Amino acid sequence: MRWADVALFASGSLRGSPTRTLLMMLAMSIGVAAVVVLTALGEGARRYVVDQFSSLGTNLVIVLPGRTETAGISPGLLIGQVPREISLDDAEALLRSRAVKRLAPLTVGSATLSRDALNREVVVLGSTSDLLEVRHMSIGLGKFLPAGGIHESASVCVLGNQIKRELFGNEQAVGQWVRLGDRRFRVIGVLASQGESMGMRTDELVIVPVASAHQLFNTSGLFRVLIEAKSRDVIEQAKHDAEEIMFQRHSGEKDVTVITQDAVLATFDRILTALTMAVGGIAAISLAVAGVLIMNVMLIAVAQRVKEIGLLKALGAPGRQIRALFFAEAALLSSIGSAGGLVLGYTGSIIIGQIYPSLPVSPPWWAVLAACATALGTGILFSVWPARRAAQLDPVTALAGR
Amino acid sequence: MIEFADVSRSFTVGDQQVAALRNINLNLAAGEYVSIMGPSGSGKSTLLNLIGLLDRPSSGTYKLDGGNVSALDDVQQARVRSEKIGFVFQAFHLVPRLTAAMNIELPLILAGIPPDERKTRVVKLLENYGLTDRADHRPDQLSGGQRQRVAIARATSMHPAVLLADEPTGNLDQTTGKEVMNLLEQLVEQKVTLILVTHDPLLGGRAQRQIHMMDGQIVSDNGSSS
Repeated sequence: MRWADVALFASGSLRGSPTRTLLMMLAMSIGVAAVVVLTALGEGARRYVVDQFSSLGTNLVIVLPGRTETAGISPGLLIGQVPREISLDDAEALLRSRAVKRLAPLTVGSATLSRDALNREVVVLGSTSDLLEVRHMSIGLGKFLPAGGIHESASVCVLGNQIKRELFGNEQAVGQWVRLGDRRFRVIGVLASQGESMGMRTDELVIVPVASAHQLFNTSGLFRVLIEAKSRDVIEQAKHDAEEIMFQRHSGEKDVTVITQDAVLATFDRILTALTMAVGGIAAISLAVAGVLIMNVMLIAVAQRVKEIGLLKALGAPGRQIRALFFAEAALLSSIGSAGGLVLGYTGSIIIGQIYPSLPVSPPWWAVLAACATALGTGILFSVWPARRAAQLDPVTALAGR
Repeated sequence: MIEFADVSRSFTVGDQQVAALRNINLNLAAGEYVSIMGPSGSGKSTLLNLIGLLDRPSSGTYKLDGGNVSALDDVQQARVRSEKIGFVFQAFHLVPRLTAAMNIELPLILAGIPPDERKTRVVKLLENYGLTDRADHRPDQLSGGQRQRVAIARATSMHPAVLLADEPTGNLDQTTGKEVMNLLEQLVEQKVTLILVTHDPLLGGRAQRQIHMMDGQIVSDNGSSS
C-alpha cells in the first residue's frame, strides 16, 4: 500500500465520523494553544525584565556602602561603628583599575525646586558628566553636566523632562535660573523623555554636579558608584579590582558591597526561564490528557469498525498495514490538531500583546517545537495499543462482527 | 489446485474442545464450480474460512497451487489472499463511508497498485457489472442486488484464481439472487474456481460438483477428484 493511499484512507475514515474527529482535534488544539500562550507570557515577562535591566546600562558594576550579609552582628556594630561611607576620593581611586572604562558617583537627596512662585519637591541626583554614558541617558535640549574634576562644584543643573514642563511649560528653560533648596542653579540642559526604568523616573529628576549636591545636602558620602567595565569579559576583573581598592582604602575592612548587573540579570533570567518552563510543563499535561482522549476514542473506533477491519484482512491487508492505517489516523489527528493549536496560540499571544503593549509577548521557538512534538508524540504513542488491537483481530470473528 | 490432506479444526469453547472439522480430505481442480451444502453447524463455513486463509487448521496440511500455504506466516498469507482469493459475503461487507467505485478499488489500494491502473480497472469493472451510473453512490444508496454486484466486482478486481461465496444470495430476493448467481457463474467460464457455500439445495444443485457436509465431515461428494 502506498503512503499517499494510507493517508487518503485514514483521512477518509476521519471524515467518516466528523463530530468525533472535531472534538479530538479541539482537545489537541487547546493543549497546544495553552502551551504556546503560557510560554509566550512567561517569555514575555523574562524579556521585559531583561530589557529593563539592559536599559540601566551595559557591563555595569555597582559599588554600594555597607556590607549585605547574613552573618549576624558584625563586631564593628557592637562597638558603635557604622559602615564607613564611600567618599569622592574612593570613587576617584576606583578609576585606577584597568578594567574600568568610566564611572559615575551617585548621591541622592530631595530638595524643593522653585522658580518664581512655582515650587515642588524633587529628587536631586548628584553625579558627574560620565553619568550620561554610564546610565544610557540622553539629553533633549542643551548640554549635560560639564566635564571636570570630581570635586568641582558648579551651580548648574539638568532637569528631567516632566520637571521642565511643570516649571517652564513651553518656555525656554536652558539658561534660566532656578532655586534648589537655598542655592541658585542655572539650567543648562533638559533630559529627553525616557519613561520609567527600574522604578526610577528620569523624567522627574534634577541632576547637579556631585560636589554641589554634597554642599546642598551637607554630606560627603556616596549613595552608589556606577562603574562601566571596558567589556563584558572584564566585568569580573572590574568587580574584583573595586573590592580590592576599597579594601585597601578602608584600612583592611570589607565594608562595601560590589554587585554586577550581569549577576542580578542572570538570576532573574534563570528564575523567569524556570517559571516559563514550569508553566509550559503544566500546560503540556493537558496535551497528555488529550493523548489519553485520543486513545480512548481510537479504541472505540476499533470496536466500531471491527467488521471493516475483518474485511480489510480478508481483502489481503496484513496486520502491519492495518496498524499503519490507525497510526496514520492518529498522526493526522494530532498534526491537524496541533496546527490548529498553533493558530489559536499565536492569535492568543497577539491579542495579549495588544492588551499589554509593554510586554513583549512571543512564544519561544523551543516551546512551540516542544508543544508540537508532544502533541504528535502522545497522539501516536496512545494509538499504539488501539492499532495493535485492530491488527490482532481474528478476521473470522471480526467479519461476523463479534 | 486446492488440496486438503487430513485437515481438522477444533475450537475451545469454555473448557471443552469442539471439533468443527474432522479429517477432511479434499481436492479441487482449477476452474471447478463446487457447492458445499449442509445444515448450519455442519462445518461448511469453517471449511470456507480455511480455504480462504482466514483461519488456520488445527492439524493437517492445505496446499494451494502446490504450495503449502498453512505453513506461511500472517504477512505471506495476507499476500496470497490478496493475489489469489476473492470473497463474496452474505452481508456484502461494503465499507459504508466509501462510494461504490472506492469499495471496488479497495483491494487494489491495499495491494499497492498504481493509481492510473486502478482507475482503468475500476472503470472496466463498473461497466462489466452495470454500475457505471452508481459509481459515486455510497452503499446505503444502493439496492441489495447492486450492493452484491459491487461486492463481486471488488472480489474480482485482483483477478483471483479462487472465488469464495458464502450464501451470496442469502440477503436478496429471488430475482436479484438469480442475477447474482448468473454473474458468479459467468466467472466460472473465465476459469475461476468458484466455491459456493449454501444451505439451499436448489442453489447448490446448480454446481457441477456438490459436497454435502454433516458434523464436520464430508458425507457425500459427487466429484471424481477427491
